[in-house]
Amino acid sequence: MKYLHLIWAALFRRKTRTLLTLVSIIAAFLLFGMLDAVRTSFNQAGQSANGAQRLQTGSKLSFIQTLPQSLESQIAQVPGVKMVTYANWFGGAYQDPHNQVFSFAVEPNYIDLYPEIEVSAAERKAFDDTRTGILVGEKLAKRFNWKVGDKIPLQSTIFPDRQGSKNWTFDIVGILHSKDKKSGGFFDQMLLLHWKYFDETTPFNRGTVGWYVTRVSDVNQADRVAKAIDAISANSDHETRTQTEQAATANWMKQLADIGLIVGSIMGAVFFTLLLLSGNTMMQAVRERTSELAVLKTIGFSNHAVLAIVLAESVLLLLLGGVIGLGLASLIIPIVSAGSGGMLNLPSVGAGSWILGLVLMIAIGLLVGVLPAMRAMRLNIVDALAGR
Amino acid sequence: MKNFLFNLGLLILIAIVLWAWVMLPWQGVIGLAVVFALWMALTRSGRRAASVASVGISTLRQRIGSSAVIVIGIAGVVGVLVALLAMGEGYAETLRKTGSADTAIVMRGSSAAEVMSVLDHDSVTLIPQAAGIAKDSKGQPIASPELVVAANLPLKGSNPDDEGSVQLRGVGDQAWAVRPNVKVIEGRNFQPGMRELIVGKGAAKQFDGLVPGHTVKLGNQQWTVVGVFSSGDAMDSEVWGDANVVADTYRRGSSRASVTVRLADPTSYNKFKAELEGNPQLKVDVNTTIDYFSKQSEGMTKVIKVVGIAVGLIMAIGAMFGALNTMFAAVAARAREIATLRAIGFRGLPVVVAVMLETMLLALIGGLLGGLLAWLIFNGYSASTLAAGTVGKLSFELRVSPALLWTGLKWALAIGFIGGIFPAIRAARLPVTTALREL
Repeated sequence: MKYLHLIWAALFRRKTRTLLTLVSIIAAFLLFGMLDAVRTSFNQAGQSANGAQRLQTGSKLSFIQTLPQSLESQIAQVPGVKMVTYANWFGGAYQDPHNQVFSFAVEPNYIDLYPEIEVSAAERKAFDDTRTGILVGEKLAKRFNWKVGDKIPLQSTIFPDRQGSKNWTFDIVGILHSKDKKSGGFFDQMLLLHWKYFDETTPFNRGTVGWYVTRVSDVNQADRVAKAIDAISANSDHETRTQTEQAATANWMKQLADIGLIVGSIMGAVFFTLLLLSGNTMMQAVRERTSELAVLKTIGFSNHAVLAIVLAESVLLLLLGGVIGLGLASLIIPIVSAGSGGMLNLPSVGAGSWILGLVLMIAIGLLVGVLPAMRAMRLNIVDALAGR
Repeated sequence: MKNFLFNLGLLILIAIVLWAWVMLPWQGVIGLAVVFALWMALTRSGRRAASVASVGISTLRQRIGSSAVIVIGIAGVVGVLVALLAMGEGYAETLRKTGSADTAIVMRGSSAAEVMSVLDHDSVTLIPQAAGIAKDSKGQPIASPELVVAANLPLKGSNPDDEGSVQLRGVGDQAWAVRPNVKVIEGRNFQPGMRELIVGKGAAKQFDGLVPGHTVKLGNQQWTVVGVFSSGDAMDSEVWGDANVVADTYRRGSSRASVTVRLADPTSYNKFKAELEGNPQLKVDVNTTIDYFSKQSEGMTKVIKVVGIAVGLIMAIGAMFGALNTMFAAVAARAREIATLRAIGFRGLPVVVAVMLETMLLALIGGLLGGLLAWLIFNGYSASTLAAGTVGKLSFELRVSPALLWTGLKWALAIGFIGGIFPAIRAARLPVTTALREL
């Protein structure tokens, strides 16, 4: 620690070069921070404690196939089931069919199964009492400038009403807030309407539901409960498939894209370049300081101390740039998310990314420093001072 | 103050040059290169610049380590950029190829995708009677009512509990007439009325057990895979069966999702569309298939493009500073040499041109290397995603097109330009006496 001043002075001996290298390192770690945040959010989707407690039951045939509503009472009787609700995909779109909104037609108790969602008691009551009432996510409301009390037209891209029109009108009675601001992006974006109103208005649904959501009383029993639920409709014409919400989401994300591979290859290219770039800087730094290092040795620094000083210099360079880069990433991400008006919802840089980042900084720093440091260590005082 | 104004002017100049560079078509670049070469060969100052540049370039070999920073740095940027853009390109291309201007797709009004559309039996019989549809040899209109649903099937290479979604299309005889590019390449076609499937070659690669002779479970029914087909477009990711049998399994009765028709010729599209949309018995949207599929790919392509350019920009900043660093060091090492040149009467311009030329050359090598790597590794690389507007995994191949390689090269040269201009100007502006006294 007492040599920090010396290392610092050596690092900024050539300001331009160090600053230019730092900017490159900052850029690399800025990219790392942003991409790793995306990767973790993909990996962590649905991985909450609540997600492990909820089971999703859909048709075994495919996710677009519906199930009879009569299953609800049968599922409720399965031992270990605490609560059950159901929902339908409404396929809503606002103003333009391509402006899709995550909209679900749900049973009123749907919200009870999602403790992550917050709705004020008054708004909840208003929802229960209003047939055409809807609850909208905070960010969704912001995106379209909706307020409680508004009457909004919503197109369904799937379901027409009895007159054959696909323009539905709803009353906004409340706003959904997500309890965990960081990971609850999805709940802020959805729209809930009454299943009953939906079913009565469209001639196409005829009392079917898209999927059931079940909350189990004991997480360890989840597998058994899932099997019991599937057993109810085995060999019928509506066989079901029940998974924990965790497993279902992970599967979904995996089908969407192999984010890990994409992020991995980009970062591989970036860090390889970074290795070369900062390696070059360190090599230059040691080469032009040859005589200074020889002086250090002359006044009694051991070979190993010189090795350590050069290594520390390169690690410090990487840490400095890396921390600034990751810091910038955590600053920029919320700005990008806010700027997109809820369209993009990037997670912030998590503790996991920071730790991985720090490990990378130190590892790259050591790797980059090792050649110049060896060179400094093996320096022969007489030759170095003579400029040979 | 004078210095500040000079730097400000330089920044504005760089911004203008970059803007012009982005706009410049390839003919312009070639023209520019020719003019530049002529200048070097024919004018006095040009020849001076050439001789100074050749000295710098001939010493490149001694500075191989630091020059490699520029080359590899820029190769990295170009490689990643081209690969990401190739992903977007491949995705859009696969969907675009699926459509054509002489076929049209009819769906229920304001359905965003086929799978969301339901046409009842009456509509399905009415639509083929419209004018403008091509007729086959028997005089029947070439119109194919199809049902599109999703099926859960186990994914390849993961545990048997992980199921993926594949788009299942129920078709009749006319489906082949509407899409002449679809060919059975292995096994045979399904028999009408049987629980038999033919699978696209993309789907066969993604999902387990889609091999002729195997059976797969859809719900509680056993279906036999009897053949593999190839189409070279998005249909490759689908599984086809007899429309009536699929409708039975999925309890769709006699309704269908869409009707795809072959138009008598592309000009009859407007008439066809007007007739259907004006018919009070029908509530349908009519699109040419090329419009429909291009629209499906729009959102995703845009996302990939934005991500690619954002990642490319950040990497470019890193590479640019790496180049700056290297060139500053190179100029500093040759400070005395450059100062000597200026002392014996060379003006600033040849020095600037020489340093710039050296950087741009390294950038060009980097760009070519990055493009080549991207092409070698990623051209034809298959990827898959859940496509917008379909309900199954869409597999597509990355496509490194010449246009993309060109974009990559332009980026490389732009990075080289910025990385070179500051060191070049510093070299040209350094007072001769200071430079000579240095070291």
